[in-house]
Parts: sequence; structure tokens; C-alpha cells
Amino acid sequence: MIVTAHTARFTEPLRLSSGAVLPEFEIAYETYGELNAARSNAVLVCHALNASHHVAGTYAGDPDNVGWWDNMVGPGKPLDTERFFVIGSNYIGSCFGSTGPASTNPATGRPWGADFPVVTVEDWVAAQARLAERLGIERFAAVMGGSLGAMQALQWALSYPERVRNSIVIAATPRLSAQNIAFNEVARQAIMTDPDFHGGHYYDRGVVPVRGLRIARMIGHITYLSDDAMMEKFGRQLRRSERGFDFGVDFEIESYLRYQGDKFSTYFDANTYLRITKALDYYDPAADFGGDLSKAFARARADFLVVSFTSDWRFSSARSREIVRALLDNRRVVSYLEIDAPQGHDAFLLEDPRYHDALRAYFGNIAL
Amino acid sequence: MTELETIARWVAQGARVLDLGCGDGRLLRRLWQTKQALGYGVEIADAHVLGCIRNDVNVLQMDLEDGLAAFADKSFDVVILSETLQAIHRQEYLLREMLRVGREAIVSFPNFGYWRARIQIAIAGHMPVSKELPYQWYDTPNVHHCTLVDFEALCGKLGFSILERVVLTEGATVSTLPNLLGALALYRVTSPASTNPLTVPPQAPHQHRQQDQRRQPQG
Repeated sequence: MIVTAHTARFTEPLRLSSGAVLPEFEIAYETYGELNAARSNAVLVCHALNASHHVAGTYAGDPDNVGWWDNMVGPGKPLDTERFFVIGSNYIGSCFGSTGPASTNPATGRPWGADFPVVTVEDWVAAQARLAERLGIERFAAVMGGSLGAMQALQWALSYPERVRNSIVIAATPRLSAQNIAFNEVARQAIMTDPDFHGGHYYDRGVVPVRGLRIARMIGHITYLSDDAMMEKFGRQLRRSERGFDFGVDFEIESYLRYQGDKFSTYFDANTYLRITKALDYYDPAADFGGDLSKAFARARADFLVVSFTSDWRFSSARSREIVRALLDNRRVVSYLEIDAPQGHDAFLLEDPRYHDALRAYFGNIAL
Repeated sequence: MTELETIARWVAQGARVLDLGCGDGRLLRRLWQTKQALGYGVEIADAHVLGCIRNDVNVLQMDLEDGLAAFADKSFDVVILSETLQAIHRQEYLLREMLRVGREAIVSFPNFGYWRARIQIAIAGHMPVSKELPYQWYDTPNVHHCTLVDFEALCGKLGFSILERVVLTEGATVSTLPNLLGALALYRVTSPASTNPLTVPPQAPHQHRQQDQRRQPQG
């Protein structure tokens, strides 16, 4: 499937949760499949921390750049683009095309840098709603996402109850734990204490806080894999024939983390990383309801599919069951899958027949 | 009369139903179609969970042995445990949980006191194998068999009232010597503490209509 990225420009200001106002913004997006005449077959796919609007397929002349959820979305895939019109949308604050810290601040004519406002999951959803209006979609057949994308799928059902028929919430948590926030804070500290960070205004200086980004990514990666998966993949295997008695790379896992960190630091923006992790930390739909998630979900009208993976310790199955409980308390139509997969949080990106068959069946039952 | 028909008869129009060990959801599907009962199934087996989704039935993949912590007190009109009681380890606990979350419970199980089972033990000298109990002793998921007499004694101990009992053999109702002649027993039970009204009011009718459309068979 050859795909093309688009950009939609919005000139009406967007008021953010922080009170700050984005005077104008762009959203990068891709679409797959055709919107039907009744406009009833649109599915919004929300991405997680380091992904983008490039959900599926490849670009012409660039066969190696495959969309991040290509095993889930496409012709004949569980989310079948022969039947559904699928939209991948890049959140604002990103570094992959939507307006973000590296974009030009219209007030100064220079990159926003540290002045780009902190955005929230609610803000992302509000911006996506503008995109939906632009594309002529009054009501989504489904909004779907994994991890941080799942928070957006949840929030869609809360911000725009009448505009979502199905909310598909995968590897989710209704709010971060103290431990989740702690990992994010270590990542942020790694970035902010990098001498090349310059308080977020590093674009002008022609430097990138590479060291901070590398460490942030290494920390993140540890939380995406289960202990078992890491042991299975790397064990205690040495990179060199024997121990070096120095601080070079001894173990395979060290080599892997360094590689992932290096790769990440070449394409990801540090200011974006700070803002995404903050958006994760802040997300808590129950906050306005005295911590009562059931009350928070009282306004939801969608049907829900919630999926968790037993080895996910970042957002454990227990957290997904909290969501299910809140939905049951509100008598929502809900199904919950707890997939006994060994890979940890990243399992939501992998192909598992139990997981994919269930998604395929669920989408098959959505009437158009 | 079949087990399914008996259960369907005991479920009121529009009831809120929880089906524990719901298999591929065929009972819930039938209760939706015939009684517009909004139901949820609990199932642990992946293949059954997939079957439920294919049948467009709400399913929650959870282990019954962990109890029913996902469900609020008195949040269901009926909680069903169909031919699953004998495979549960903590039966007393689960039965209590059923009447915590539901106003009534429907429990069915193969009667170990059925004469064919008795003969296999008493005369042939081996563990019963039958249509209702198709397993060999070494590969059975069933861990706690009981008879009508045993179950009724347990109900007494737990303070449950038996509202109705139907005993079936090969689709026919058994009224004479049920503990000897009945292959399958069905009970509708409640506990004195289970008569409180539901805590959450039912959904508005227009939402039910939406669900009607959504839950149409897909051909």
C-alpha cells in the first residue's frame, strides 16, 4: 500500500488546557481506504509516544519506511482499509509534521523551542476534532489506540461522546502511577541536564541534546519490555569474548539500549519528548470527579473494547481492569481481552493471532 | 425442554445478566435476541473469548477463581453459572460472590447422583463417563462434583433460598426421583440479602434501540 502524508492547517486559535493559546497550527495526517457515502466508516488511529501519523503502508520510493501499525491496518488486515476509512493523525507538539516546538513561532519568526506550550491529551483530542471536521467526519465508527494512543481513544469518548461509536483502548492506563511518572521524570532530567539543552532553545545554537535523548530513550525502552522478554532476547550474553573489566559494552542488552538510544537521538526532538511525557503524567480523566473513574465515564456513550497484555508492567492488566470496572459501573457495552503475551508493553505492536483475530472480529461487527 | 430454554424462561425481559464461564456466548446471544437482556460473559479461554466477540456478545476475559471483584454489588438481575460449578475450586466463595453482584443466581451442573453415574461407579467400578461428563478422570477440568442433595445442602449452609429447580435428562423434565433419574440440575436461587433494588437506573430507552441496531446478527 503506497500512502501519502498530508498537512491540514487551522487558523482559528486553539485554547489549551494550560490556558495558553496556539494562534494557528498544522496537523500532519495520512488516510487509508475510502470514506463511504454515509461517512460512517471512519476510524481514527491515535499513536503513542514516539510514533507518527504514518500508521500503515509505505511512501513511494521509500519501501523501508513502513507504517508503525502496518500489521494491524491495511487491506485485509484486522482493521481492513477495504472496508474502513482510516486516519492516522500526528499530535500537536510532535516533531513529525504537526506543529511543535521546532515549528516557527508566528510571534517571533523563530522556532518555538522552550516557549511551545505544554499540551495535554485533551488538547490533542480537541485538535483532532478539528481535523475530523475538516475531513467531513461527524462521527467515527471507532477511535483506536495503544498506550498513549489509548488515552486519546478514551478521551475521545469523554470529550466528544456523540462522535465516537466505538472506543478501542489497548495497553492502556486511566492514569499514570507514581512509578510511571518517576520514569518519565528521570527521562526529562536526562534531557534537561544535557549541556546542549540550553533551556530548550537549542535549535538556534545548532546543537541537539543527544546525550539526554539517548538516556531518555534507554529508560523508556526498559519499561516497554518485560523482564522475561529481555532475558529471553539478550540473557547475560556478552558482546565480546570475555569481560572487559572496563565500562565499554559487555552485555548484549547494553549494546541494544545504546543502539536504540543512538537511533532515537537522530530523529526525535528533545522538547517534544519533554511535552509528551508531561502529557502522559497529567492525564487523569477522574481528576475532576474526586478520583472516581466511574463518575468520569458517566458521559461516555461509545461501545468499548479494552485489551491488555499480561506481561505489560508499564501499564498492567490491573489498570485496564480499572477502566473496565468504570465502564461496567456505567452499563457501557464493553468487552475486555487479557492477552497472555510475554513481550510486555510492546506486545500491542506485535502480531499475535489471539489479539489480531479478536480485533478483526470486533471490526467485522461494526455496522456501517 | 433444554437447559438453554429453561434458563431463558427464568430471565426476565430486559434483565441485566452476567454469565460466568460463558463459552462462545451463545446463551447471552439468545437472551439478547429473545429477552433483550443486556449481558456480559466472563470467560478465560482465548478461543471462547474470540467466539463471543464473533457472536457480538460482551465478554470479559477474567479468571472466575479470582472472584467477581470487577463487578459492583447488586449490579445484575441474574448471574448465571451454567455447567461450570463442578470445574471451580472455590465454590462457596464464587456462589457467595454471585449473590453479592446479582439479585438472583442460576446454577446448573451435571448431577453426579444420576443413576448412570452411580452404576458406573458401583457396578463397573470406574469413574463415570457420559454425555454430560465426557472426560476421563485424569483429563477432566472438573474438580468438585456434586449431587442435587449435596448442592441443596450447600445452599442451606450459605443461607440461599431455592426459588425454582428443574431437573433434565435428555431434554425431558424429571419429576420423580430427580437425584437418581436426573442428568442435569438447574437451580434458581437467591439470598435474603439479595433483594435490594439495582443501584444504577436502567439506560434510557433510546440507547437500547441503538444497541438493537448494533447487535444485529451479521448474517
